[in-house]
Amino acid sequence: MRRLENGAAHEIPHHFATPRQAYESGKLGMWIFLATEVLLFGGLFAAYAVYRGNHPEIFIYAHRFLDSRLGALNTLILITSSLTMAWAVRSAQLGNRRLLTLLLALTLLGGCAFLGVKVVEYEHKWKHGLLWGKRYRPHPAETAQEHPSAAEVLREAPLGDRTNIPPAAIGPSGLAFSADETRAGHADAEEPRNVQLFFGVYFAMTGLHGLHVVAGLLVIGWVFVRLRGGAYGPSNFEAVDRAGLYWHLVDLIWIFLFPLLYLIH
Amino acid sequence: MSDIRSTTENGSRETESLGHVVPLRVLLAVWFALVLLSLATVGAVRVDLGSLNLWIALAIAFVKATLVGLYFMHLRYDQPFHAIALVGSLLFVVLFVGLALLDTTHYQHEMIPGYAPAVRP
Repeated sequence: MRRLENGAAHEIPHHFATPRQAYESGKLGMWIFLATEVLLFGGLFAAYAVYRGNHPEIFIYAHRFLDSRLGALNTLILITSSLTMAWAVRSAQLGNRRLLTLLLALTLLGGCAFLGVKVVEYEHKWKHGLLWGKRYRPHPAETAQEHPSAAEVLREAPLGDRTNIPPAAIGPSGLAFSADETRAGHADAEEPRNVQLFFGVYFAMTGLHGLHVVAGLLVIGWVFVRLRGGAYGPSNFEAVDRAGLYWHLVDLIWIFLFPLLYLIH
Repeated sequence: MSDIRSTTENGSRETESLGHVVPLRVLLAVWFALVLLSLATVGAVRVDLGSLNLWIALAIAFVKATLVGLYFMHLRYDQPFHAIALVGSLLFVVLFVGLALLDTTHYQHEMIPGYAPAVRP
């Protein structure tokens, strides 16, 4: 147990020789954890890459149902909350408690605003039946009205030609359907098949990311609550620093999700 | 190891600031660059460059991620091992995705009902 200059009692576990060693060890542990988080999302990115590699037409069509303005808004919100978080770590390091309180509050506000926008987006998809798997039951008339660009992309070019899975060769006999039969009822102006794949990927990726936003808010909220007791000072800001690292990772993942889901060309 | 020992021997170093304090100017500049790059990625998708569009979007995202990592996450000022952990995990993700993409179109037909193999008359 050591008492440090700034008046705040700062206990370090007895197995550490110095506060610096304790600080560095904790930070190393946090980074190892963040690496496992990257791998966790890596699985979903692989699923995305395989689906998009096989069926680009689904992604070109279905991403038109996402509102890229809301996505861009969320990007700005998350980037700004990352700034306030990094700034909060700085003010904790400098011992400016009032600024630290303000900046942590702003970060929490940013996270809540992000989730609020996400709720608006999810609600819209829920209402229009734009969900995963068998729950994908779009209401064509309404949907076409609200998303003219989705119908437009179909009119511009038949998307069936964009698939990387070529239609089956027509055999002379056998039990298989001919390519014409399997395509029957799928005139070119209609939407591509298996659009639910996109929404499965969309909800899995943004859903897991959203859970991370919630977790980040809980951690930052915990840091915020402990502020009152004057828990943080220039020699004791680990909790603020670690919460910040987690929050920045959440931002990092969104930086990749936004162009991959909302901005498909 | 030597760093830890010298710190214990020299008690005065214990109270020195832990970690690097990033100047406010740098934080604001990084934020500004991130906002500009976000606008750039929205703008870039409006230009039709074929398959290049995806790579441009990923490149911009990569630059943004690097900025966040280096300055907001202090990687530039930290021990290099933290950066090695992050870059290492990213390398494994790239390996995973890359290997998954190598042959993925080769057996997709088998998963489509009614998909006949090529039969010549």
